[in-house]
Amino acid sequence: MSRESVINWIVLAGLVAVPLWAHLSDEPFTITLATRAVILALAAVGLNIALGIGGLVSLGHAAFFGIGGYTMGILAHHAQTYTPVMEWPLLIEGTKSMPVIWGLSILFSALAAFLIGLLSLRTSGVYFIMITLAFGQMFYYFAISWAEYGGEDGLSIYVRNGFPGVNTLVPIQFYGLCLVALLIVLGFNAALARAPFGLALGAARQVPARVRAVGLDPYRLQLLAFTLSGAITGLAGALFADLNRFVSPTMFSWQLSGELIVFIIIGGVARLFGPVIGAVLFVVLEHWLGGLSDYWHIYLGLMLLGIVLFGRGGVIGMVAGRERSHD
Amino acid sequence: MDLILLAEQILNGLQFGIMLFLMAAGLTLIFGVMGLINLAHGSLYMIGAFCAAAVAGWTGSFTLGLIAALAGAAAAGALIELVVIRRLYDKDHLDQVLATFALILIASEGTRWVFGSFPLFLDIPEALSGPVMLPGGIQYPLYRLALIGAGLGVAAGLFLLIARTRIGIQIRAGENDREMIAALGVDIDRLYTFVFALGAALAGLAGALVGAIQSVQVGMGEPVLILAFVVIVIGGIGSIKGALVGALLVGLTDTLGKIALPGLFGLFLDPAQATQVGSALASMAIYVLMAMVLIWRPTGLYGVRA
Repeated sequence: MSRESVINWIVLAGLVAVPLWAHLSDEPFTITLATRAVILALAAVGLNIALGIGGLVSLGHAAFFGIGGYTMGILAHHAQTYTPVMEWPLLIEGTKSMPVIWGLSILFSALAAFLIGLLSLRTSGVYFIMITLAFGQMFYYFAISWAEYGGEDGLSIYVRNGFPGVNTLVPIQFYGLCLVALLIVLGFNAALARAPFGLALGAARQVPARVRAVGLDPYRLQLLAFTLSGAITGLAGALFADLNRFVSPTMFSWQLSGELIVFIIIGGVARLFGPVIGAVLFVVLEHWLGGLSDYWHIYLGLMLLGIVLFGRGGVIGMVAGRERSHD
Repeated sequence: MDLILLAEQILNGLQFGIMLFLMAAGLTLIFGVMGLINLAHGSLYMIGAFCAAAVAGWTGSFTLGLIAALAGAAAAGALIELVVIRRLYDKDHLDQVLATFALILIASEGTRWVFGSFPLFLDIPEALSGPVMLPGGIQYPLYRLALIGAGLGVAAGLFLLIARTRIGIQIRAGENDREMIAALGVDIDRLYTFVFALGAALAGLAGALVGAIQSVQVGMGEPVLILAFVVIVIGGIGSIKGALVGALLVGLTDTLGKIALPGLFGLFLDPAQATQVGSALASMAIYVLMAMVLIWRPTGLYGVRA
């Protein structure tokens, strides 16, 4: 077993053991922190498909996170106020059912990712970074000026949505649901990286000319990767909204897009568990340093500079060395 | 819509656009010469505004405040370049994004630590306050008119600097082939620090000038930074002329969209709904503009064709 997979198993064991321990010793706040970490990890795992395998530095993934969140917010808002989402041309009712909300979140964020990708992937490099950032900001301003759904104040959902067979109001059960979602997506990612599609996508990042020469279209590969990536981040957004029972335009903020990239870099780019380790470390640091100082972002910034300038390959890269699972 | 209102809004759009140009010009120069994407450019804008507000509040002189903004932002830019940015030139864009994101965190929290979370206010100087009567019966704030004039002046100076001076020749040469000009005996490190400080000073100037009509607060730089990115994408990376045209287009589209779209929807929706739909769509207008330019010319209006 490689050192990287040893790390992965340790992280996985921690993700199961720590919340269970917190549940047994009656510390619901720790479970909430763990849920937050797992959901943010899920969002970053989504981004890692585009960024890690595809090399697409998207600084606008908060758009998909927010779309997932607002899908949940709007459906649950209509369900709790007993009003239809729309009456014409066909009657659509709100819902409090998680599976339905998740499905729609994935659908809408995939659609948005497809449209944004369609435009932004015509360019590459710095243009791509700036354009994804700009489109992300577009959704932010749209959410702020959309007065029907709370505008700047956002929407509050009074009761967490339901999942058949699970009591989502119990913190550990909701955590379990989120962890299962993360594990399914991680499994999907691992399969994707080894599948012909993942290999072709990696090749399109490294030498687009050769990919074209063997008859594949890098643009199409990247568009599909970007769409998948957005869909997963959208699912995370729906879960995040359910955790807080609140959605607001801050889910679309560009800082969140930046933080998702930070998770990936802290953990290790293109590593299966990189985003998970990054998100967990971030949440722990946020809680710990945030308790020590009001200005903890300064320390976070200094740490990030240190990682960029001196530490190559993030935490996994430092522990596991140069061996890579997929590149 | 009456013509006086329209003329006022066009002037507002010009003023907004010309301030965006000051930001975008620095960004595009830095990218063109050093190949660096600098997310922390918005922080330099904020630093300029805070320097101006602090010094103007302390001495009571707006002019001294402006000088402090230029000096403070240029010094901060030079310092950042020497300590951090210099190590990023040969790294990939992902590392540049992350490192300059880290700089934003440090600059924002550092400013909050020094000045607190409450916004500062920068007063418009006495001599420039009040409205002025323009031909055609348009009343317009003198300060905003002065901003348009000052911005156009800086733009002209920048074009002269790039086109006519020795340092301008070195900058253009650096854009084309950095190894060659280093081989010809130009101190490339000093040139890079100069370009970065120049971009920083422009951002700081914009921050100070705009700070007098808005409040000066932490986080004021990033929305402007993202708009400046839109400007550069429209104009083409590395082109100052593109930055000017893009900035004016974005400024006018944004300002006129906010007036025209609610009016347009008012023709077939009831007023309350028209305002809502119109303002929501107006907030997206510049991004739609960007998308259209991208479809038409993926490398921007004046960009080098790939």
